Amino acid sequence: MEYISLFVKSIFVDNMIFAYFLGMCSYLAVSKNVKTAAGLGVAVIFVLLVTLPINYLLNKYVLAPDALIKGVDLSFLSFIIFIAVIAAIVQIVEMVVEKFSPSLYSALGIFLPLIAVNCAILGGSLFMQQKDFVNVGESLVYALGSGIGWFLAIVSLAAIREKMAYSKVPAPLKGLGITFITVGLMAIAMMTFMGISL
Amino acid sequence: MDAKLKETILNPIFKGNPITVLVLGICSSLAVTVTLKGALVMALSVIVVCGVSSLILSLLRNTIPSRVRIIVQLVVVAMMVILVDQVLKSFEATYAIDKQLSVYIGLIITNCIVMGRIEAFALGNKPWPSFLDGVANGAGYGLILIIVAFFRELLGSGTLFGVDILNWLGYVPNNLVILPPFALILLGCIVWVQRSIQKDLQEK
Repeated sequence: MEYISLFVKSIFVDNMIFAYFLGMCSYLAVSKNVKTAAGLGVAVIFVLLVTLPINYLLNKYVLAPDALIKGVDLSFLSFIIFIAVIAAIVQIVEMVVEKFSPSLYSALGIFLPLIAVNCAILGGSLFMQQKDFVNVGESLVYALGSGIGWFLAIVSLAAIREKMAYSKVPAPLKGLGITFITVGLMAIAMMTFMGISL
Repeated sequence: MDAKLKETILNPIFKGNPITVLVLGICSSLAVTVTLKGALVMALSVIVVCGVSSLILSLLRNTIPSRVRIIVQLVVVAMMVILVDQVLKSFEATYAIDKQLSVYIGLIITNCIVMGRIEAFALGNKPWPSFLDGVANGAGYGLILIIVAFFRELLGSGTLFGVDILNWLGYVPNNLVILPPFALILLGCIVWVQRSIQKDLQEK
């Protein structure tokens, strides 16, 4: 039951885009059409699912106070360890996918390397560290939920932008400005999920 | 000061602002704009990280093989971010800095402004201009952050830096402004204002 609650919460309530603005750069840059947006969304879910449990284990058994050696607190190293893990995993995942599933590789295309510097991934790890999950299962569920939340956010924005291409927008607002405001309105809609408890 | 150096400093603050023109580094930045203090701390951290890592990488630019440059950049930036974070942690109690800020300080590592400026400027220029370029880009970023935070704190809590401004006049704080969506709408409006002044930035 806790898992379901965490899952739903991480999709709708703690949505990475609408509540924390994580991964905003690629969110705005790659949301011009639905197909590429979906590609990036899938890649984010995938990388979150792989990196979060690994960073969770590293955090619990290496970085936490007294975890590795008694009396030593390595938590100040967490930023650099997390980003190194993410960069390495992304590289490995890219090579594995290329070898074993060329069709998936061509679908994810250039998005995989881009993801190493996507704030949503590092943000996921940092928030996980702050939330103090009790076991790997929880971090896995959190990864899946926040990945799906990100996927939904980017696909829906891309759909709106595709439609918006035909509307009359004041010239200074065109492009970036109206996109910000649209995302803001979408975020207000997502606020209705706030306070939901399962 | 010669004209080129002046251009390096002034351009990122308004005409080539990293947030509203280049659309870099929006990730994570808006969440810290609920209060002016948070925005100020974040802005200063980005200025320090961006300036110093540009300086370091510019000094190293002739010794880094271009194939491994990304990882070298990441290590330098991450080191700077850790330093800033440790400094902030030691002041956390005295100045009551929000604990969640630590997550966003950590996210400066993946802030595209820092990496972007290193890649585009610091690796091809002398240390001093690179340092200025980093600081100026950090400042351009900080400026937007502070503008957004100014409106959000003023309208959302009726205060500025925690000092009562509007409440004693009978103003009822608007809670919508504190919620995340409003930061985006406000940013949209800033882009709107800037693009009506600078017509050449408008998209077709």
